[in-house]
Amino acid sequence: MIVAFSILLPFIAAACIPFIYRRFKNIHLGWFVLVVPALLFTVLATYIPRIANGETFSKTFEWIPSFGINITTYLDGLSIIFSLLITGVGSLVILYSIFYLSTKESLHHFYCYLLLFMGAMLGVVLSDNLMVLYVFWELTSVSSFLLIAFWHHRKASRAGARKAMLITVSGGVAMLAGFLMLYVVSGTFSIREIIANLDIVQSSNLFIPAMCLVLLGAFTKSAQFPFHIWLPDAMEAPTPVSAYLHSATMVKAGIYLVARMTPIFGGHEVWFWAVSGVGIVTLFWGSFNAVRQFDLKALLAYSTISQLGLIMSLFGLGSAALHLGYSTQSVIYTQATFAALFHLINHSTFKGALFMMVGIVDHEVGTRDIRRLGGLMSLMPFTFTIAVIGSFSMAGLPPFNGFLSKEMFFMATVKITQLDIFSLDSVGLLFPIVAWIASVFTFIYCVIIVMRTFFGKIQPDRLEKPPHEAPIGMLIPPYILIGLVVGIFMFPNILGHYILRPAMASIYPTFPSTDEMTPHISAWHGYINTELIMTIGVVIVGVFLYRTLKKWRPMYQIFPQKYSFNSIYERVISSSEYRSDQVTKRYMNGNLTYYFIYIYVFFVVVLAGYMVYADVFSWDPSKDSVIEPYELILVFVMIFATLAILFAKQRITIVLLNGVLGYSVAFFFVVFRAPDLALTQLVVESITTALFLLSFKFLPKLTKEKVSKTFKFTKITISIAVGATVTFIGLAVMNYDEFEPISAYFEDSYNLAGGKNIVNTILGDFRAFDTMLEVVVLFIAGLGVYTLIKLKAKKGDADVESK
Amino acid sequence: MKVNDVILKTVVKMIVFIILTLGMYLFFAGHNAPGGGFIGGLVLGSAIVLLYLTYDIETVHRGMPFDFKKVAALGVLLATGTAIASLFFDVPFLTHIDGYFNIPFLGEKHLSTVTIFEAGVALTVVGTLVTIILNISEDE
Repeated sequence: MIVAFSILLPFIAAACIPFIYRRFKNIHLGWFVLVVPALLFTVLATYIPRIANGETFSKTFEWIPSFGINITTYLDGLSIIFSLLITGVGSLVILYSIFYLSTKESLHHFYCYLLLFMGAMLGVVLSDNLMVLYVFWELTSVSSFLLIAFWHHRKASRAGARKAMLITVSGGVAMLAGFLMLYVVSGTFSIREIIANLDIVQSSNLFIPAMCLVLLGAFTKSAQFPFHIWLPDAMEAPTPVSAYLHSATMVKAGIYLVARMTPIFGGHEVWFWAVSGVGIVTLFWGSFNAVRQFDLKALLAYSTISQLGLIMSLFGLGSAALHLGYSTQSVIYTQATFAALFHLINHSTFKGALFMMVGIVDHEVGTRDIRRLGGLMSLMPFTFTIAVIGSFSMAGLPPFNGFLSKEMFFMATVKITQLDIFSLDSVGLLFPIVAWIASVFTFIYCVIIVMRTFFGKIQPDRLEKPPHEAPIGMLIPPYILIGLVVGIFMFPNILGHYILRPAMASIYPTFPSTDEMTPHISAWHGYINTELIMTIGVVIVGVFLYRTLKKWRPMYQIFPQKYSFNSIYERVISSSEYRSDQVTKRYMNGNLTYYFIYIYVFFVVVLAGYMVYADVFSWDPSKDSVIEPYELILVFVMIFATLAILFAKQRITIVLLNGVLGYSVAFFFVVFRAPDLALTQLVVESITTALFLLSFKFLPKLTKEKVSKTFKFTKITISIAVGATVTFIGLAVMNYDEFEPISAYFEDSYNLAGGKNIVNTILGDFRAFDTMLEVVVLFIAGLGVYTLIKLKAKKGDADVESK
Repeated sequence: MKVNDVILKTVVKMIVFIILTLGMYLFFAGHNAPGGGFIGGLVLGSAIVLLYLTYDIETVHRGMPFDFKKVAALGVLLATGTAIASLFFDVPFLTHIDGYFNIPFLGEKHLSTVTIFEAGVALTVVGTLVTIILNISEDE
């Protein structure tokens, strides 16, 4: 229950924001928002000891039980890691943002989006039901879209937001298809139930397609190669957002999904190669490209891509253990997964701190361009400390936590070469080599961050503001994070035992929990091993390459920008914009007549076409009841009114004649004993007529349009065809028996729903979901009309873009 | 030109209450007889529109100082709220309950949570209807 509440709390808080914002104008809104993640973090942290004992917490709320879609919250070792990261880093980021964003910004929007995002993210990691997970997953895309475009007056922000949205949402839709395949195979949306019925899922034909689609979702979200291109552009967001979404939480949703799905798909060759292969390529590509960046934030974006690739590849390597089944030999490979989880946490600490550091530099100096920075060490000593500790941890140097997980990563890549499954024996050697090269580049860009920003000569004329140290509030959050960086290095096994060990049990549910699965993390093994030699090599080669950076940097010019994935994206987007513009202009010509022609032609073709295809033309008047004289009178009135409309000269005549038609239809409902319909028709008819009369004076005089004879003929033909189709449908329905009638079910409405009026029990009970959404649609349509009429752009406001 | 609408104003004063009563009746009758939230809302809305037609906007607004956009929003919140609230009673989304209750002075009455849902529908209809008509008919 508490777990479900912790998903709900951010949403409730987001709903309260406007009221708090209006009441307390003088206090920074962030202080109120800070309560939410801090409270959730404390509450969730109390679960740690019980989860370490192997307990899991689950609670089901029925949502659509007939389709197996229930809101099931599930808290286990894996989800607690992520929820602690979300709330923990969230608290620090909000604290940081209080000092970063001035009260002049539209803070209520910012914190509303941030809380929405937090709730959605908690929903992703705490849901057991695939459909619910998907809903929250897309909600993270939407809220991150809003956050990236927070400074929406800037074109780059909007473009970055759209790019992130397009890529992650298309991945999400693919993932939805994968989830549906899993449902088709297993008959359940519950992840735990799918894991329980693994053999059915794994023997299915849909296993591989489902896996690929789910992976597509994970890769797009986690910015894996070649979908990584959205992450650097997403850096247009305010820095707290970058620190939160793009280093600690949202991009890790893909990692979470891979970890969560490992028990289902892991152990299969395709999964192993896809996850570890894509991960290692991303690791290399990200670190390789980070070195060429001049913007500190872009550099960190590429470094995040690369680090995510590292974690991803470790999950891939670790899944090999599932293929072998449980044995003392195979347990060694689970250490890759352990390293992945470990690095996941480490990455959140040091990358969060680094983003905050860049934010401080940007905030105090006014630029993030390393060509303009330099010599800030003596002016900003506290910031410098953050940068050094964060970067060295990222580079994998002692005494920081990145060293430990990097060592474990090297060990995992070396160990995996000894495995001879999945034809690893031939290409397996690539893993340690690529990992090592990527680590060299990682080392180089970490040195660049520190040296180019803080050492060298200061260039005051190229800075926008005189540099000085950041306010204390901006320093506290990154200091907590770097405190963790050092703390985890000192006492890694506390983390290992209480947090990582239960998560291992979630990823390997079939393995008995042994100590081998949670290895003892030690900084010094007492002897020189392969990993340490690799690290030493990284440092030596890295220092050498950094020194000679000027000589080999032109290498980046060899790869022309024209062939990058980014330019492919740009080309696809701009050409599709151009094409759709062309196509749309052709049919959306602003003439209502044409729109009606399209609609009616479509109507006739589809419906009349189906009737011809299904051969349902039949007319059997023998069973019909007798037509009464007053019914005939009504019909003649209607025919007369219809014909009169065609020859009417004035608009008011047409409106009134149309009313005659509507009321006659209502009369028919009365005659045929459909009082509900009659009532609705009468009221709607009255109101639309009133509406017409009200807006009458705004309408132009009715003019006879001059059209060619052939066009007139076409219009008449279409009209007659539509009329004939409707008539034939009416006649054919009488004898149509393709489907069983469902009316018998509703006849029992009083027992089932407690109401005697069938129509209303259908609206309010049986199909209340439709009604609910119709109400929402009505509301949105009303708002649409309101905005269209009210909020016309005032003169001089039209050119927002150029500002 | 001054419009002479004494008859309209006098008649509307009485008729509006008849229409409002009819609207309320239709709203509550919905469960067992023709009526319900949608029609009830439409009738109530039409009564308000009639008032706006007869009197000017300021006069009506003094009597009914509602922002009809907010009325519509309240309606949507009620409708979706009842749907979500059912989750907290361990029953599927949108489940309604009903029962017979003995109310003082009124005797045994049949009450159902559908009424709340329908009230949401009615409020949305009233709010949207009046908002749209007011804005379309308003002068520049």
